[in-house]
Amino acid sequence: MSEENDPMAEIRSSFFIECEELLEALQDALAEIDDGNEDPESINVVFRAVHSIKGGAGAFGLEPLVRFAHRYETALDEVRSGRLVPDADATRLFFSAADHLSDLVRVCRDDEEVPTEKSDELLAQLDALLGDVVEEEEAEVADFEPLGVSMSLDLPDIGSAGNGATSLNLSPMDGPEKSLFHIRFKPDFGVFETGNEPNLLLRNLAELGIADISCDMGDLPLLAELAPETPYLAWNVVLEADIDESEIREVFEFVDGLCELSISSNSAQKNATDLTPISPPEMEIPSAPNAIVAENTSPVKTEEPAVSKMTPAAKEPTNTAAKSAPTPSTKPAEATAKQTKSKTPKSVVRVDLDRIERLVNLVGELVINQAMLSQSLEKVGLSPHSDAMSGMDEFQRLTRDIQDSVMMIRAQPVKSLFQRMSRIVREASSAVKKDVKLITIGETTEIDKTVIERLADPLTHMIRNAVDHGLENSEDRIAAGKSSQGSVTLSAAHRSGRVEIEVSDDGAGINRPRVLQIAIEKGLIAADSVLSDSETDNLLFLPGFSTNAEVTDLSGRGVGMDVVRTAIQALSGRINITSKKGVGTKFSISLPLTLAVLDGMVVEVANETLVLPLNVVVETLSLTDNNVEMIAPGQNVVRVRDGFVPLFDLGVELGYRDTALNVAGSIVLLIALEDGNRAALIIDKIQDQRQVVIKGLDDRYSRAPGIAAATILGDGQIALILDPTDIIANATETPTGSTLPTERKVGT
Amino acid sequence: MSLNILAVDDSKTMRSMITMALKPSGFDVHLADDGIHGLEVLEGLSPDAIITDINMPRMDGFGFIDAVRAQEKHRATPILVLTTESSTELKMRAREAGATGWIVKPFDPEKLVKALHMVAG
Repeated sequence: MSEENDPMAEIRSSFFIECEELLEALQDALAEIDDGNEDPESINVVFRAVHSIKGGAGAFGLEPLVRFAHRYETALDEVRSGRLVPDADATRLFFSAADHLSDLVRVCRDDEEVPTEKSDELLAQLDALLGDVVEEEEAEVADFEPLGVSMSLDLPDIGSAGNGATSLNLSPMDGPEKSLFHIRFKPDFGVFETGNEPNLLLRNLAELGIADISCDMGDLPLLAELAPETPYLAWNVVLEADIDESEIREVFEFVDGLCELSISSNSAQKNATDLTPISPPEMEIPSAPNAIVAENTSPVKTEEPAVSKMTPAAKEPTNTAAKSAPTPSTKPAEATAKQTKSKTPKSVVRVDLDRIERLVNLVGELVINQAMLSQSLEKVGLSPHSDAMSGMDEFQRLTRDIQDSVMMIRAQPVKSLFQRMSRIVREASSAVKKDVKLITIGETTEIDKTVIERLADPLTHMIRNAVDHGLENSEDRIAAGKSSQGSVTLSAAHRSGRVEIEVSDDGAGINRPRVLQIAIEKGLIAADSVLSDSETDNLLFLPGFSTNAEVTDLSGRGVGMDVVRTAIQALSGRINITSKKGVGTKFSISLPLTLAVLDGMVVEVANETLVLPLNVVVETLSLTDNNVEMIAPGQNVVRVRDGFVPLFDLGVELGYRDTALNVAGSIVLLIALEDGNRAALIIDKIQDQRQVVIKGLDDRYSRAPGIAAATILGDGQIALILDPTDIIANATETPTGSTLPTERKVGT
Repeated sequence: MSLNILAVDDSKTMRSMITMALKPSGFDVHLADDGIHGLEVLEGLSPDAIITDINMPRMDGFGFIDAVRAQEKHRATPILVLTTESSTELKMRAREAGATGWIVKPFDPEKLVKALHMVAG
């Protein structure tokens, strides 16, 4: 655990976590600006995010990140100050830059290769946007050297590295030669107003060598005339030291311009003209203000005006008219006024995911243990009213609360995922040159973190598909009477204990004749097949459907919708497609809230104990001969009040027995299927309803149709968790061969 | 000499870096997330020096320095501005607001310590 012991590594990793937050805020604020939100705070948020990333990156010597963030920040600063009003292109560039910044953060974090070309490309675009601001910025870029903290900031080094002119001047000082400096220092008001302390300055000066300090009280008035806040004193210092003049300047760095300061050197007299230009410490004055240097360094200054009126001088020569004129910054009061609507940050504790996983597992064990204990108490024959049993009830309730709370820890809003998708839309739409807007709904919907992570790939694919295939180009859209801008909607919502995620577009809808043609060409269906619309749409999910004819740069990467479906199924989810010609296509994904627990109905079939997800069980029925009818050999339906529902024997479907039990008197579960239909399953016995901890089946087991996972029951027995929709889908495809799988096509 | 320092920065990374730079030298470091928070923390505190970032939400560094200087007891408290920019304009603005000096990020820990000793003894 070296990382925990190394504070730098720790800060570094916390920096990257912070970067993620900043990038999220950046995306949010950019989106607000894109939406035409005029709130000036949005651009400030954007600016600050980039600024903070740059600051941290500098501390860790992440040069590519610093370089890019710096220029990006410059562009944003132009917007912030109102000098640049971003048009649609500029906003798009800012989005791309944000995306790239996020890439750079990741690359730096993972020590991967830096995509220099992309950086350069975007930097060139930013430069183009900035126009002539760039040139003066160049100087600053050179000045802002990212440093690992281990590096020293010794001034002479910086001087010689950064500025050719200075390095020349330093050379004569190489020899260890003591110089005698004469320094006169007379503070102005400013020294005191800024909290500087002459006493400390003199002490710092004295530390450089042997100093002879004398106070010049010549200006001190009589006591009666003395204004307590007016500086009257001046100091003359003779300093004998083996140092460079710049080191003396360094002492007075913070009061430069707030005092009268003259420095002259005896021994280096012959070099005086060369030496003086060093005056302001190099690292602090960017190369731009040459004018200041010149003005500041009239070798011996006696008369005040020439000394160091740095403030006015600094503003004019450095800045172009554009920069100096409307600068809103000159008044600090305005900055104060800018304090905006405060979003008080929620207090948050960061916890290592491993610890949460451990907690989840432990709670899972606790649930199992509680169930076991509860069963053994029942076996002993304790009265339900006994203290032990009522205590057990309380225990059960608490266990459940704990479990819910632990699951809440793992839950995260889908917002970060949706943000990534907005990037995908941007990239995809620019790749196929379509104008596309992403609308997101329900960003705050929370889902298990693992689910969110594993949704990224399938969603990316679906979004790309929507942009590439789903939406028409603008001409076709206008011809069809739609707005030229296509939209892709991504929504998330909690619905009856599951999470529903929908990806829809307002495109032309699925071209069904084309889909049928492809499916026939690929041999996926018989040439004379007659399919319903929904069945046709579902052909998209068949492995091998993805076609070369459809390959474009963007979505055609040899991955079909079958891969998407497999990914969703791996999350115990389901995906459905609906499409309307001319109106659009919608993919609906239904996912469990968590991958860890399930409210299950424990049933018995052919002496096997099985678990069905409770949320699919609509009701339980007891069959009589009267309400079952055979519609074909081996195909029965059961009458349920308002109609007939196909009836299946679970034991037969799972291969536990060859023939169905005598239907009369058997128990039937009415199951709600994912496609909105219902089916009835014959079982032998209902054992219990309880929460079970889902234990995934090892990858080494090949996927058995109808089996979702396994669990350990209270008595330690292992039970399989079933996926009823899958079972029914398999059952319906076998008997006649003509029915297409609407849910999945898995060989039986 | 151990000094009592208030450091105001909205970046957690920077706050950690400052703490890490100053703790070994025996400084007592108090932290705040932004200007407003900084003023709150300052209420119960008489720091020997204050370090502040410029770009922060709610109240930026200039506003913060302004507000600190407006308090009689902090009129002479040394305030160092932490800035990624070495731009003269920015320093002058900081100085107008009443900042004592500045440190350019990324800072060298030793340099920060030295600068604090320079302004606060």
